[in-house]
Amino acid sequence: MSASPKPPLLEVSNLLKHFPVRSGILIERTVDHVKAVDDVSFEIAEGETLGLVGESGSGKSTTGYCVLQLLKPTSGSIRFQGEELTTLGREELRRMRREMQIVFQDPYASLDPRMTVGDIVAEPLVVHSIGSRRDRTLRVRELLDVVGFDPGFTNRYPHEFSGGQRQRIGIARALALSPKLVVCDEPVSALDVSIQAQILNLLKDLQQDFGLTYLFIAHDLAVVRSMSDRIAVMNKGKLIEIGPAEELYAAPREDYTKALLSAVPIPDPRAMKERKAARRKLRHALAEG
Amino acid sequence: MALLEVRNLATHFFTREGTVRAVDGVSFALEPGKTLGIVGESGSGKSVTALSIMGLIPKPPAEIVSGDVLFEGRDLTKLSEKQLEDVRGREIAMIFQDPMTSLNPTLTIGTQITETIRRHYDVPKQQARKKAVELLEEVQIPRAADRLDDYPHRFSGGMRQRVMIAIALSCDPKLLIADEPTTALDVTVQAAVLDLLDDLRQAHEMAMILITHDMGVVAESADDIVVMYGGQIVEHASVNDLFDRPEHPYTEALLGALPQIEGEGIRTGRLTAIPGRPPDLKNPPPACRFAPRCPYANANDSCATVIPELREIRKDHWVRTAHPACERAGAREPEKVQA
Ligand SMILES: Nc1ncnc2c1ncn2[C@@H]1O[C@H](COP(=O)(O)OP(=O)(O)OP(=O)(O)O)[C@@H](O)[C@H]1O
Ligand SMILES: Nc1ncnc2c1ncn2[C@@H]1O[C@H](COP(=O)(O)OP(=O)(O)OP(=O)(O)O)[C@@H](O)[C@H]1O
Ligand SMILES: [Mg+2]
Ligand SMILES: [Mg+2]
Repeated sequence: MSASPKPPLLEVSNLLKHFPVRSGILIERTVDHVKAVDDVSFEIAEGETLGLVGESGSGKSTTGYCVLQLLKPTSGSIRFQGEELTTLGREELRRMRREMQIVFQDPYASLDPRMTVGDIVAEPLVVHSIGSRRDRTLRVRELLDVVGFDPGFTNRYPHEFSGGQRQRIGIARALALSPKLVVCDEPVSALDVSIQAQILNLLKDLQQDFGLTYLFIAHDLAVVRSMSDRIAVMNKGKLIEIGPAEELYAAPREDYTKALLSAVPIPDPRAMKERKAARRKLRHALAEG
Repeated sequence: MALLEVRNLATHFFTREGTVRAVDGVSFALEPGKTLGIVGESGSGKSVTALSIMGLIPKPPAEIVSGDVLFEGRDLTKLSEKQLEDVRGREIAMIFQDPMTSLNPTLTIGTQITETIRRHYDVPKQQARKKAVELLEEVQIPRAADRLDDYPHRFSGGMRQRVMIAIALSCDPKLLIADEPTTALDVTVQAAVLDLLDDLRQAHEMAMILITHDMGVVAESADDIVVMYGGQIVEHASVNDLFDRPEHPYTEALLGALPQIEGEGIRTGRLTAIPGRPPDLKNPPPACRFAPRCPYANANDSCATVIPELREIRKDHWVRTAHPACERAGAREPEKVQA
């Protein structure tokens, strides 16, 4: 389906992730399973951004974590650069992880408050024993500079910085090992609009400069639209629609996607009059089945 | 007469680290039945404005240091706590972003609604319960009578927000203050809640202050819009005029920073980011609070020395800046308004 000449960097096939639902007071038993991700398949070409949208609980983050093997899939295949990840041993996985990184939603929670900015960004380099101490210091300064964070502040702690600045620290850290694929899980949801724009522009620039491939997860449909070449829509664990961004937004096929798009309020009061009438109609139609 | 008139309101927080000028000279009026949208980024003073109107600011550290809040001509800042309690809930109701923190998890929703009703009206329990069912039906909770004895945790986020709205409506207030009522909700649920608020506002002839950081939400819901920045109103206009002809550099930048959902070149284009970050309200810029981030302020103009007043730049369009769009060199012609 993809017209891209290169083989996909990432191929996800029939991915399944079930979480046990436990119950019982003295003896816990598994009473059921949540099908967090239910038979999801997609590919991402090198240098491309695939946007992943869907409502809360639809399985976006779980999909992202499975791709990075931060969660073990229940079944299914994940191939990265042609190599199957789900059967790799620990040491091989560690090697592969250098190529795949994640940027989290909450810059407050995802940075260790006891580490300095410099140590946070350097940590992946230390873990993978890359370079001398001096090399790492230089690399950290270079990375912080790239993401627009003053390298003079490497000895400060994360709490001394604003949300946008902290997100830059998280991005610098994700870039430390020069990954090919970056999973961005709601990277701007906690940020104000003016700061959000700075970070989105930064992510676009970094993609250009370093040929990064993104799996870009967000619930904000406008944010995803501005970042993605193709977009996938998830609903209740299933991937229900996938296609080029313009096509999917201009002519969604699934009723669920239509409802999702029609619900987005846009900053245009005149257009909103029509959109409101349309979304009411659609909601009633969906409710009646 | 305006239903609500806020005049030169200033609410400061007196903390050990210094005085936080959270709300600093805010004035606006609201006519009966109208919706005023208050937009602004985190920390701009939206919630503190709302809490000041309701007499709900935490004292100490906060204090209303100046200004009046006239509700039907009565100055709420001069009322006793007892008198305020009669106004709250009955004449002005408020709903918050997170319905879980404002609902009591240990009481059934039926109890919570009937208690609110009986706090303000002397009616027997059975009658209050009957009214509670009607209210839940009005906010479109399915099988309302059966759900009366459920606890809040049995409801989804959207349902809980509907329950909050039902409680807010229970005494037929003249004004509803909704502080980020849909921010925690999925977009489809948000749309349903906003549509519901629309219908209820009309049915009850209720005025509303809708607080949000989402320009799309005010675009669809508000008659008039106030844009806040650093504790002050920087622009105030009718919804159409604000979006057609924004005057304040901050409003313009905010609109430019928004990703678009339809159009050309979205993927390849860049957003117009606003450099820097919002002011520290303990130590705000000396004159114009937006000056350090403003593309039009420069070293030899008044922005760092003269405090800009909120001025009426054309009929019913107020702006606080030395550089409104219409006064800049090469200012655009007033745009043709499409029908
Ligand atoms: N560790 C876990 N144990 C049990 N259930 C889980 C776990 N993690 C996720 N789930 C469930 O899996 C489903 C998908 O969750 P996931 O976090 O992937 O959704 P999401 O699309 O990222 O939502 P959000 O937009 O709220 O971040 C949800 O029903 C969630 O409750
Ligand atoms: N208890 C407090 N002590 C000190 N300062 C406070 C306190 N509560 C609020 N403030 C300050 O008052 C200012 C205005 O806060 P407010 O909550 O009104 O912002 P807001 O516009 O509602 O933001 P948000 O979009 O994040 O809800 C902020 O700078 C905040 O730091
Ligand atoms: Mg998630
Ligand atoms: Mg607030």
